[in-house]
Amino acid sequence: MSSPEVHSAHHAPTSFIGKYVFSKDHKVIGIQYYFLALFSVLLGMTLSLLMRFHMVHPDMKVGWFEKLWPTAAAGGIMTPEMYLSLMTMHGTIMVFFVLTTAPQSGFGNYFLPIQIGAEDMAFPTLNMLSFWTTFLALVVMVAAFFVQGGAPLSGWTAYPPLSGVGRISGPGEGMGQTLWIISIAIFCGASLMGAINFIATTLDLRAKGMSLMRMPLTCWTWFVTAILGLFGFAVLLAAGILLLLDRTAGTSFFIPAGLVVSDQILNHKGGSPLLWQHLFWFFGHPEVYIAILPGMGVTSQLLSTFSRKPIFGYRAMIYAILAIGFLGFLVWGHHMFMSGMSPYSAFAFSVLTMTIGVPSAIKTFNWIGTLWGGKIRFTTAMMFALGFVSLFVTGGLSGIFLGQPSLDLYFHDTYFVVGHFHMIMGVAAIFGMFAGTYYWFPKMFGRMMNETIGKIHFYLTFLGVYAIFTPMHFLGIAGNPRRYADFTNFEFMNSLMPVHTFMTHAAYFTAAVQLLFLFNLFWSLKKGAKATDNPWESTTLEWTIPSPPPFDNFGGHHPVVYHGAYEYSVPGAAKDYVMQTDPAAVSH
Amino acid sequence: MSSQANAAVTSLWEGGRSPYAVNSKKFGMWLFVVSDALTFSALLMAYTYLRVSTPNWPTPFHFSPSIVFSSIMTFVLLSSSLTMVMGVHTMNHGNRKATVGWILATMAGGLAFVVLHLREWLNLINNEHITIFGNPMDVPLFGGTFFTLTGLHMTHVICGVIYLGIIAAGVGRGKFKAEDVEVSGLYWHFVDLVWMFIFPLVYLMSARI
Repeated sequence: MSSPEVHSAHHAPTSFIGKYVFSKDHKVIGIQYYFLALFSVLLGMTLSLLMRFHMVHPDMKVGWFEKLWPTAAAGGIMTPEMYLSLMTMHGTIMVFFVLTTAPQSGFGNYFLPIQIGAEDMAFPTLNMLSFWTTFLALVVMVAAFFVQGGAPLSGWTAYPPLSGVGRISGPGEGMGQTLWIISIAIFCGASLMGAINFIATTLDLRAKGMSLMRMPLTCWTWFVTAILGLFGFAVLLAAGILLLLDRTAGTSFFIPAGLVVSDQILNHKGGSPLLWQHLFWFFGHPEVYIAILPGMGVTSQLLSTFSRKPIFGYRAMIYAILAIGFLGFLVWGHHMFMSGMSPYSAFAFSVLTMTIGVPSAIKTFNWIGTLWGGKIRFTTAMMFALGFVSLFVTGGLSGIFLGQPSLDLYFHDTYFVVGHFHMIMGVAAIFGMFAGTYYWFPKMFGRMMNETIGKIHFYLTFLGVYAIFTPMHFLGIAGNPRRYADFTNFEFMNSLMPVHTFMTHAAYFTAAVQLLFLFNLFWSLKKGAKATDNPWESTTLEWTIPSPPPFDNFGGHHPVVYHGAYEYSVPGAAKDYVMQTDPAAVSH
Repeated sequence: MSSQANAAVTSLWEGGRSPYAVNSKKFGMWLFVVSDALTFSALLMAYTYLRVSTPNWPTPFHFSPSIVFSSIMTFVLLSSSLTMVMGVHTMNHGNRKATVGWILATMAGGLAFVVLHLREWLNLINNEHITIFGNPMDVPLFGGTFFTLTGLHMTHVICGVIYLGIIAAGVGRGKFKAEDVEVSGLYWHFVDLVWMFIFPLVYLMSARI
């Protein structure tokens, strides 16, 4: 059998549009994804600040609210519907356009090909298409703010019947919700293209000697995340088609008979809202791992590098990633304990959910084992990786509460859930992104970020996020319901309102601290100290090439790999690390 | 691991080549097929879920014309898979002219399928008054699931005909390689395979006996 050609190189574009706009270079596309996510995270954060403001000042008149939203904030006071639309768009933008986009499509696009020794992704044109499709999805999503009725109200999970019956169920449920579902369908297409590209690249384009068991753990997590995306988004696409037909073609897939909305009997008949929940969470639970797995990869890479020790249990880490990915598809029911599920099914889903705790704990113990006895270098990147471990443990422990049906019945519609998923899926994943940014910025842009500002940014952010999200658990235990726009009318909430005020101030503080990060990012782009090829003394392939890398990554040279990714403090070696491309034999 | 650093690279998985000994393009098409199979699976699961939970699900398809028509459609689509196999075979032997002929035959099969299918749709809509949102049997989901499943499949067939048209034109001008034909064949066989699930589940199980 003739050996198939593995990859055909393409030439460097010369025009501005070919180089920076419709670029097929995975590095440019990675940066495009990164900045798309940065725009989205700032937008999503602004929405959350508006929500926090409304929660503690529901009756305060704000002049510019009325100017911006003459209907939704008539008289300068936000309507409850507007609060719900902020919540929906905050969740959707954060989950899809930040947590799914930056760690996987951003960093993954930039560094997966380089770390495995390839010139580019397997399908450069498809890569460009998937970015611009994601961009289109974002534009359609943001457009929902500007149509009549405004943004949808049904949350990022878009549960029907609310999301399925149209304008009759609320101001944002007309065109806004239709645009929402169209945007999600477009996003599914973009993610599927990306997933195909990532899987083919990982399996086909590894350099000589880069066996699967020598790949950096970052590559493993991008690979498994891509598989989750391939399966998950395919199912969400089907659910999206059905919901769109319910909204536009008059079908009743998710809408039961005899529904009375706003004093009108609906014509729909025979559908099941539970069907949406099953289809949505079959995607939705793996989506949690799509958000967090790349952060785990970055954390593993950084803890090993900055402890100057091989990662503890490299193979166990890989098996844990695979186990988390596999089990992630079997636990969607734990989001539906409240939906009238049979206790027998709930028990099965609960046991499977607890099982995920095992590989998660393996990863955590291996991270601690990596740190144990290491010569730790406290760089900003390392501190964010340590912060990731802290947040992952905190958020994971509250997950064990929620995985029990009997406890979830109480907690489900309270702030306990909000605290839990913000800790583990939101903030932990964002700490992974910060860690990745501080670690890879020198390689991406050829300059160092400022470490002093970086460390201040870390400490204040770390304190800030714990100050925002820890109290939510106590509020939840005290019975504070979620998705309410205003708590001031409930007597039992009176004693809890000071906690909300504290959280709101903590949110303002944490958001302000992010200005430090933005300043550091843009200032360092222009004025940062020049980066060497390998400023962190890491071992993986991206640190063997110039910062920033040339167009074809390795300058026409094909790297050969001789070692695993984490050869630190090797006895008898000349330095305390051995590059993956170093032909010198290493004995253990 | 590292002690084998300088050992000869022998395994297919050691890097430097595609472990499946195929080009990435073909592997990518397989991945697309996997994801598309999941989309159809989700729709078929939704159909099953709704059908099982609905008492008195209607079975309105008479032997003639619906079952006869859909059987002819099935035959036409399956035959087009055979012509596709022939196209891949002749291309592997370097016979571009024959390949173009076989692909055109495949496209004709696909088009015939679409035309027959649309005729069947119009028959249901005009004569049986079954639409995507309602029908005389008072189970609106019957039309909803029927038109969604068959509609998405028909969209795939139409896309396939266009895709094959591009491949045929390229083969005729000496542009594409044998593998490109094979990859388009993968897609075409997949679309056929999906129909082999839809035909019994949607048509035969809704036949009036």
